[in-house]
Amino acid sequence: MNNYTKNIRKISSNLLEDGRVDLVLGFKRGTLPMASVPGIARTPEEAQGFVWDTNCRLNLANYITDQKEKIGIIAKGCDSRNIVNHIMENKIPRDQVYIIGVPCTGMVDKNRIRALLDDEIKEFKEEGEVILIRGAGQERVLDKEAYLRDNCKICTHRNPVIHDDLVGALVKEQKIEDPFRDVAAIEAMEGEERWNHFEGLLSNCIRCYACRNACPLCYCPACFVDESKPQWIGKGQDPTDIRTFHFLRAYHCAGRCTDCGACEEACPMDIQVRDFTRKLVKDSFEIYGWEPGLTLDRRPPLETFKPEDSDKFIK
Amino acid sequence: MAEKRIKIVAFLCNWCSYGAADLAGVSRMQYPADIRIIRVPCSGRVEPRMILAAFREGVDGVWVSGCHPGECHYLEGNYYARRKFVLMANLLSHMGLDKGRIHFSWISSAEATKFARVAREVAHEIVSLGPNEKLVKKAG
Ligand code: SF4
Ligand code: SF4
Repeated sequence: MNNYTKNIRKISSNLLEDGRVDLVLGFKRGTLPMASVPGIARTPEEAQGFVWDTNCRLNLANYITDQKEKIGIIAKGCDSRNIVNHIMENKIPRDQVYIIGVPCTGMVDKNRIRALLDDEIKEFKEEGEVILIRGAGQERVLDKEAYLRDNCKICTHRNPVIHDDLVGALVKEQKIEDPFRDVAAIEAMEGEERWNHFEGLLSNCIRCYACRNACPLCYCPACFVDESKPQWIGKGQDPTDIRTFHFLRAYHCAGRCTDCGACEEACPMDIQVRDFTRKLVKDSFEIYGWEPGLTLDRRPPLETFKPEDSDKFIK
Repeated sequence: MAEKRIKIVAFLCNWCSYGAADLAGVSRMQYPADIRIIRVPCSGRVEPRMILAAFREGVDGVWVSGCHPGECHYLEGNYYARRKFVLMANLLSHMGLDKGRIHFSWISSAEATKFARVAREVAHEIVSLGPNEKLVKKAG
């Protein structure tokens, strides 16, 4: 058992024992190798089921929306930023969450690792920064850093931005030369090429809304996709409806998306939906100097304005 | 020649740009007939999904116009609108929609001449792009 797991269990059971929280949100082992599932512990015994490894890709801030109980929550860097968002958007008061921060060195890209073996992965082991995978008659030892998810590769907030406790020492933050290279590559394409890029991206989308459901930002009681008067988008597999859904889903995350990657993690069709939100992350940063979820002292870009904002594009 | 007529939806704010359209009308100014006006209380009321809905229904371009900065009837609605529009227009164009299909302007209720001029510019640009095929919901 790694130290993080040990400490998560210890801190969680102490909190529950002392009655300082009603429940703790963490990750439990999934049913397959390289899978983790969000889990709840209400007793110290249940907290012994928590684990931590490099497969905790979902974002637990998703489960604290409008909750009434006192919640302990395990939070890596990006999750903590979504907790800040939640506090800022009045989705939970600060004193109702006890944040157990996890200094993070990144989560691995499950698809790239799965592709390494001809067959299913039967075993996944992690020893510090080294990973061992085993399948039918095959075995590989991997350097974790080389298999990080795209968003983790360029993450500059690995340490939780707010926390009440920590499960380990803070880690060194990465310095990224050109964090928006991926967006710039799409921007550099011709209009038609960009259209086709997103066309290809969405060709497998089955409109299951897992990307929306996994995202902590998507908490409206009635989502625009479900509204019927007026009906903003149709229900079926029409390409325009799919495209409209993705545009609006991303747009609703403008100035809020922390690039946690939970949307991509949840997608059963492995669609890179971050290609939409990344553009907004870039623009919010470049135009308004804004990185979501870092502070409670400034309001997000779409909730405020400056009289001197650019008018260049307006006739 | 049975060319498809270009259709442009203009979301005009009640207090300024709609007034300008009205004044342009009563002053008998000429502007292209491709424009269909929808009156909104404020440019800040215009949501991206309304624009997407217009494209979905088959318009070839969208134009949003409100009061000049500092002159919003609700004091600051157009300031918020301005930020929304930047991010929205950028993302739409990122996804491959022609930039020239969406236009924004500030026109006060006294600026009938500016209204007619911008209407001509907007229509000219959209007509030259031709009918829009993107984000249109095809029957079937
Ligand atoms: S849109 Fe995706 S990356 Fe952004 S906050 Fe939501 S789940 Fe995370
Ligand atoms: S999770 Fe994937 S398949 Fe489901 S709606 Fe989102 S992009 Fe489409």
